[in-house]
Amino acid sequence: MRALTWHGKHDVRVDTVDDPEILNPRDAIIKITSTAICGSDLHLYDGYIPTMQAGDILGHEFMGEVVEVGAKSTLQKGQRVVVPFTIACGSCYHCGKHQYSACDNGLPADNQDIGQEMYGQPMSGLFGYSHLTGGYAGGQAEYVRVPFSDVGPIIIPDGVEDEKVLFLSDILPTGWMAAENADIEPGDTVAVWGCGPVGLFAVQSAFLMGAERVIAIDHFPHRLELAKKFGAETINFEETATYEALLQMTGGIGPDAVIDAVGLEAHGFFVDNVIDQIKASTFLGTDRIHSIRQAIIACRKGGRVSMPAVYGGFVDKFPLGAFMEKGLTLKTGQTHVQHYMPALLNAIMENKIDTTFLISHTLGLEDAPQGYKMFHDNQNEVTKVVLKPGLALAAE
Amino acid sequence: MGDGLDAADDAPLATSKHEFAAAEAVAGTLPGAKGATLTSRAVTINRPSADLFAYWRDFSNLPSFMDNVERIDVISSTRSHWVVKAPAGKTVEWDAVITEEVEGELIAWSSQEGADVPNSGRIEFRDAGARGTVVIVTILYDPPAGFIGKVVAKMFQREPAIQARGDLRRFKQLMETGEIATASRTRAQLEAEQN
Ligand SMILES: NC(=O)c1ccc[n+]([C@@H]2O[C@H](COP(=O)([O-])OP(=O)(O)OC[C@H]3O[C@@H](n4cnc5c(N)ncnc54)[C@H](O)[C@@H]3O)[C@@H](O)[C@H]2O)c1
Ligand SMILES: [Zn+2]
Ligand SMILES: [Zn+2]
Repeated sequence: MRALTWHGKHDVRVDTVDDPEILNPRDAIIKITSTAICGSDLHLYDGYIPTMQAGDILGHEFMGEVVEVGAKSTLQKGQRVVVPFTIACGSCYHCGKHQYSACDNGLPADNQDIGQEMYGQPMSGLFGYSHLTGGYAGGQAEYVRVPFSDVGPIIIPDGVEDEKVLFLSDILPTGWMAAENADIEPGDTVAVWGCGPVGLFAVQSAFLMGAERVIAIDHFPHRLELAKKFGAETINFEETATYEALLQMTGGIGPDAVIDAVGLEAHGFFVDNVIDQIKASTFLGTDRIHSIRQAIIACRKGGRVSMPAVYGGFVDKFPLGAFMEKGLTLKTGQTHVQHYMPALLNAIMENKIDTTFLISHTLGLEDAPQGYKMFHDNQNEVTKVVLKPGLALAAE
Repeated sequence: MGDGLDAADDAPLATSKHEFAAAEAVAGTLPGAKGATLTSRAVTINRPSADLFAYWRDFSNLPSFMDNVERIDVISSTRSHWVVKAPAGKTVEWDAVITEEVEGELIAWSSQEGADVPNSGRIEFRDAGARGTVVIVTILYDPPAGFIGKVVAKMFQREPAIQARGDLRRFKQLMETGEIATASRTRAQLEAEQN
């Protein structure tokens, strides 16, 4: 089959590789119909995530048709499914509590050493996201092997186009969980850093959960425009001093809840960010954390911090004092996708949530390297790239 | 400061910073103790202790999740012969005898004279209510060929302590999910991984 593979920083290619096979009783093989490039994939593309190996197949947002099933899979050939990016067993203690991204059994036994060393505990497996998260082949390919197919994939009713449901795989539940983790109360003002897919879904979700105002922060005019469409007020951090603006816009109080939907590659010429960049490039520290610092400083006393953004290693100058003195609460984590999928599918079917607005580009799988480059170089206009293995090469 | 254990706390012996004293103390609790290096590990498995005990007690089941075990010949109800992979394509062998057994709760063993890797230990299954069962493995062993052997073995993931860690995780996966997780894409990759 053809698959998008990682070969190094800013080097991804479409290679021919062996087709996946059923290896365990609960496996299924899915023929991919649509798969998206995620903001998280850019961290891989930029070489920020350790334990990548040349030839790894990327992609953790995908859906398709069931073409083969193991003896214990509950899926049937021909069904259309969206697959959660977290690989979870459904039968361990954490899965029982719906903490799917903390599943004990999603990772191969030997891969669990890295997480145990780095984080004190191994987490669930993830598709297409380094050997730290299992080394599972991702879905930016013609076919993918899906473990635990009896608990993960959600079946999509006929007649619903891919574009409406594809984002159930990651970013829609992630934006939703980000808002949920902000413990929004009626009348609250919520500030969201980052108007990428995660931030934009967090904006929509925050309103659905009763936020009175949402203030969205980014520097890409087009992305801010999208946030405005969903009713958010906006701050362009290149034009405006974010902290001062947030204080005035909230009568000096600060937002009741803040959401960091940026992550370890924060943009901007801020002093702390530049120092972080130098450290990251010399491996002295790994993560650039400008947005979470600013979110903590801006948050009102006793407020809530939600951090869907991904961080992987150690950070410098985390404002622990402000965090403690103001009595803030922080909730974070990889999304428990399986927990949110059924309710969010319903919300889509009832037209309460729209996801299609996000897709700016649709390409064939063979054009995937181009898709990565576009998404990386032009984040203003390129909000989401969807790859369709069935689509022919774009005309030259 | 003495050799340390006189100021003991409530922590498991294998987590003591006084390795030799801790190994000796554990040896004192094991009938027919063999081996001077101590390792132990606990894992919680979401299944009743009776099920876990029964699976483990049938030693012919163990190779299904013990990666390094080539085969186990069950000789009698208390005696078995172990053939285990070692670094550089070699194998090591020993006879093990069950020295203590409490149905549903505990199995202790000890290797017999002539073992390539003298070892002894116990596995306990403690009921953990809604969380299932806490399984605690304690092993005393002599590393294959002294210290150098241990370093080399480590590189090949054949160090008994590392091996026990992986084996317990695979046991948990098998008991909780009915299968052992793999990231392989093809059968050929899976077979290469298992060798
Ligand atoms: N927790 C999870 O399970 C999970 C799942 C998916 C994605 N994520 C993470 O969420 C984050 C966002 O994902 P995405 O797909 O929306 O990414 P994205 O790269 O498309 O969007 C990030 C946005 O943040 C903006 N930004 C950069 N620096 C900023 C700053 N200093 N202040 C305000 N905005 C700034 C960028 O301009 C961009 O629009 C990433 O870190 C991603 O890895 C987490
Ligand atoms: Zn994603
Ligand atoms: Zn689980």
